[in-house]
Amino acid sequence: MYAQMVKSTGKGVKSRDEMSPEEAAFQDRIDADIKIEPKDWMPDGYRKTLIRQIGQHAHSEIVGQLPEGNWITRAPTLERKAILLAKVQDEAGHGLYLYCAAETLGVSRDDLTEQLLDGRMKYSSIFNYPTLNWADIGAVGWLVDGAAIMNQVPLQRTSYGPYSRAMIRICKEESFHQRQGYDIMMKMAQGTEAQRRMAQDALNRFWYPSLMMFGPSDKDSVHSAQSLAWKIKIDTNDELRQKFVDQTVPQAEYLGLTIPDDNLAWNEEKGGHDFSEPDWSEFFDVVKGNGPCNKDRLDARNKAWEDGAWVREGLLAHAEKRAARKTAAE
Amino acid sequence: MNTLHEFALRMGDNVLVLGHRVSEWCGHAPVLEEDIALANSALDLIGQTQLWLGLAADAEGSGKSADDLAFLRDAWDFRNALLCELPNGDFGQTLMRQYLFDAWHLIMLGKLTSSSEERVAEIADKAIKEVSYHVERSRDTVIGLGDGTEESHARVQAALDYLYPYVGEFFVSDKVDEAAARAGIAPRLEDLRGAYDLAVAETMSEATLKLPESEFAHKGGRTGSMHTEHLGHMLTQMQWLQRAYPGATW
Ligand SMILES: [Fe+2]
Ligand SMILES: [Fe+2]
Ligand SMILES: [Fe+2]
Repeated sequence: MYAQMVKSTGKGVKSRDEMSPEEAAFQDRIDADIKIEPKDWMPDGYRKTLIRQIGQHAHSEIVGQLPEGNWITRAPTLERKAILLAKVQDEAGHGLYLYCAAETLGVSRDDLTEQLLDGRMKYSSIFNYPTLNWADIGAVGWLVDGAAIMNQVPLQRTSYGPYSRAMIRICKEESFHQRQGYDIMMKMAQGTEAQRRMAQDALNRFWYPSLMMFGPSDKDSVHSAQSLAWKIKIDTNDELRQKFVDQTVPQAEYLGLTIPDDNLAWNEEKGGHDFSEPDWSEFFDVVKGNGPCNKDRLDARNKAWEDGAWVREGLLAHAEKRAARKTAAE
Repeated sequence: MNTLHEFALRMGDNVLVLGHRVSEWCGHAPVLEEDIALANSALDLIGQTQLWLGLAADAEGSGKSADDLAFLRDAWDFRNALLCELPNGDFGQTLMRQYLFDAWHLIMLGKLTSSSEERVAEIADKAIKEVSYHVERSRDTVIGLGDGTEESHARVQAALDYLYPYVGEFFVSDKVDEAAARAGIAPRLEDLRGAYDLAVAETMSEATLKLPESEFAHKGGRTGSMHTEHLGHMLTQMQWLQRAYPGATW
């Protein structure tokens, strides 16, 4: 999940009696699964919550280029290098679709970018963890893209039209990424002793941060209740986390790798696995800026933006000169 | 001398080394669209590397793969033009390097589509579609930055001054090139210069940039007699996993 702990109105879901006629009509459309489009009337809280959620998702795609880009220049074969390049290119493309979806809500990409760069807006906690060995690139595809898909597949049905359409395009590519990540893990798990060690090490480090991607339990959250009512959130965090664990456990078994959780066990009664919660105090530290890579990630994005200022200004000046020459010639 | 092998290495090492350089930008470009475009160019170049080095390996007939050639040769066995291994510098230098290469690459591939060697013609056919797009983009960017602000103009002019002395190498033939031309595998390199100079002069004039007057040309990359110090550092990174864990399958 690329959007975590997105705040909504914080006031709780309004009852029918509390809604204005506009709000009631709006809720009726949502309940009837009719998409909301940019020109339609929408409550201010709906618009703001969506901007926060889509913006955070877009930023995650952008910052998410960095941990994977970290291995592009060290990819071990030409094919792996090509696949990784294609993946990182996809992620940048996802960022672009999502910024475009956010722009339909009346916020500019530059404005959102500024908010990312000065720390007002967040991106997913997962990208504050480092990629330390080649198997991490496999683990990111398998677990991180896997967790993202878990959240994004239901979001294809989200109530806001442009967001839903962006999700449909994105999900196709994400499942490709997950398969490619798993394929790396297979090669590593079936490889030499050193490769198996890399694979297990990657799983050890990425398991709990992947579980954190869904965010802390939100069964009592007023923000989530409102987002669920507006269908900009489809499942609770715990539901998604459970699904993710149930999907991933057999995949890890197939690889012959051990999930780093002694409490992991099948629970016949609930028809799912019991598992340990991640360390939520670590999660809150990461969200506050104290993860292993927070500073490096934000510094890298700020540097790219500042170093690129002269390029953006140059190209803009050229476009203006051309337009002026064209007008003068007419 | 195995002319086809040597020729394919030269083509393949150009795109391998340049593709690697471009891939170093990943996630650090001035604007999101450029991140996408740079990753896309690098991807095309690495794809072309697989084809050229695959051909080089087959022509050699020693059972090596394209990966063996990419990851297990040392600097002295690389046959890329020096231009391709020069560092990225700022975005202007990267795009200027790209344009100076693309402009040559397009003309070269155009000739190679009628190579006497079927596999060479096939690779050229596929690559030329990608490269037509590369040159369009690098040309537009060089023009935009050259004819942009004072700062962008000064930066790309400095990039041109630095890079231009590495262009001449593309047009100097040695025994391998002469043999390739005689066999109809490739054109005579000297014959490409006219079209190249014309294209570059037109671009630079539109970009309001001045081509350096000196005709001096660094060389040695394509023949393997000389490289810059930059190549070795690139290889330490690129080849590290293959070297550290020999025999592993990835
Ligand atoms: Fe993505
Ligand atoms: Fe992703
Ligand atoms: Fe992805």
